[in-house]
Amino acid sequence: MNGTAIQTLNLTRQFGSLKAVDGMTFEVPAGTVFGFLGPNGSGKTTTIRLLLGLLKPTAGSARVLGFDVASQPDRVREQCGALLEHTGLYERLTALDNLHFYGRVWHLSAEERDRRIQKLLTDLDLWDRRHEVVGTWSRGMKQKLAVARALLHQPRLVFLDEPTAGLDPVASAALREDLENLVHEQGLTVFLTTHNLAEAEKLCDLVAVIRAGQVLMVGSPDELRLRAGSPQLEVVGRGFSEMLLASLRARPEVRSLELRDHHLTIALSDGVDTAPLVQEIIAAGVQVDEVRKGKASLEEVFLTMMEEQQ
Amino acid sequence: MIQDIGTLIWKELREVFLHRGNMRGGLWSTLIYLGLLGVFMPIQTGRGWLSEPFLPLIWSWLPVLLALSVVTDAFAGERERHTLETLLASRLTDQTILFGKIAAAVVYAWGIGVAGFLLAAVTINVAFPEGGLIFYSLETFFIVLSLSFLATLLISVIGVMVSLRSETTRQAYQRVSIVLMALIFLPVLASQLLPADVVGRVMIRLSGLNLRTLLLGAIGVLLVVDAVLLGVAVKTFRRNELVMLIS
Repeated sequence: MNGTAIQTLNLTRQFGSLKAVDGMTFEVPAGTVFGFLGPNGSGKTTTIRLLLGLLKPTAGSARVLGFDVASQPDRVREQCGALLEHTGLYERLTALDNLHFYGRVWHLSAEERDRRIQKLLTDLDLWDRRHEVVGTWSRGMKQKLAVARALLHQPRLVFLDEPTAGLDPVASAALREDLENLVHEQGLTVFLTTHNLAEAEKLCDLVAVIRAGQVLMVGSPDELRLRAGSPQLEVVGRGFSEMLLASLRARPEVRSLELRDHHLTIALSDGVDTAPLVQEIIAAGVQVDEVRKGKASLEEVFLTMMEEQQ
Repeated sequence: MIQDIGTLIWKELREVFLHRGNMRGGLWSTLIYLGLLGVFMPIQTGRGWLSEPFLPLIWSWLPVLLALSVVTDAFAGERERHTLETLLASRLTDQTILFGKIAAAVVYAWGIGVAGFLLAAVTINVAFPEGGLIFYSLETFFIVLSLSFLATLLISVIGVMVSLRSETTRQAYQRVSIVLMALIFLPVLASQLLPADVVGRVMIRLSGLNLRTLLLGAIGVLLVVDAVLLGVAVKTFRRNELVMLIS
């Protein structure tokens, strides 16, 4: 798929005096997984509601798959799938009933429904439990079924609002893997909101970081790390003296350092040689167990950006 | 649109009959209504059930009670169970969702009502076979079915409108019950408040009419009220406002 799937221009939504979405401008290229990262209450869910035409913008505009969300909301919803804040599953009904209902809603023929349902439930390891009432299922299974429902009609664009929220680490990892497989297999555009940065790092081609309804930065996870993060050196050992720390802090290539439980993390300027630093630490009598060199994780970048904004 | 309304009816009926995850909840209440309307009452009244138009007419309001339980759950229940936003995010249009919810309540309640009246005819012919086969007069059958349909539609439209603006099913049920009581007691109250000579003149006019004319008039009035309320429901259904009520 070529072109732009989502395009917003100064998109704004105000509730009374609160601007839940405040002049957002961004583009989501078709065929990408776009992560929308932000803390709770930053406007992620409101943005999805605006993009699905469920809420009208107070100001600005947005086009989804070429349709204006304010004047053509029905056309937008025709083309999209969604897993919103809640799974939206009918818990008195079986997994099959839930999928058949939404298959009918999207006018899939009986054969197409059967074929798609079997494929998705098999891919997600739910086929053997298709006749069970959904209310008896674990949260992880319900999330998987909700993903199947969102993808059932093979939408061009799917919105996933914190799909792994509330799941234990094992269930989260399993769902992430399933999502990754399904998304790449179907080549669709995904708009994924999350505050799980590992999830964004694993799944997303592009990431937007938002706070208080505003987009702070958009780019690939690597670009964000480069723009907002810095290379770092981590030294694990014993005997870090105050004098050594002061000496390290005074070096021009050291941007900051932090000592916590025998772990010394040194943020460095780009392109510096770390060997002299390690030599100084050893010369100061530190019993070094381990030295690691690396880039800041997306989580560190995210936290730094949030702190800067505050 | 018709196909989509059918899809919503399919889902709603499955939910009603699979209440609490098995067939018992919805099925039992259906069987109780059918037993009352189709077996117990006809056996109490004998062949008069089919030959006297008054008897089935008195019971033609029964489907209204059935509709009440379905219709109050229509939007408030979906909101409570966190399924409403996903439904609103689907390709279904506002009118389809609204008409689908109303139609589901009417199909369920009126369908059981019709089944009850037909079962009553079978019961009478089996329990009181002397005198040969008997059925409602066509006119009585038409009036009974029309009145019960229009009354069910009326409460369904009111119920959906109330359910749209209620946070919980319980709140919706309480509000619709108040509306229902008002509908029942308003004429009584009006007769108490109006001057005696006005009430007297109305009673004289009404007593001059035959039952058939009165019932056809009632059908006409219900038809107009239903059409007006449906129009109001369509005008006031706002997907955006519904989403705002979702936490």
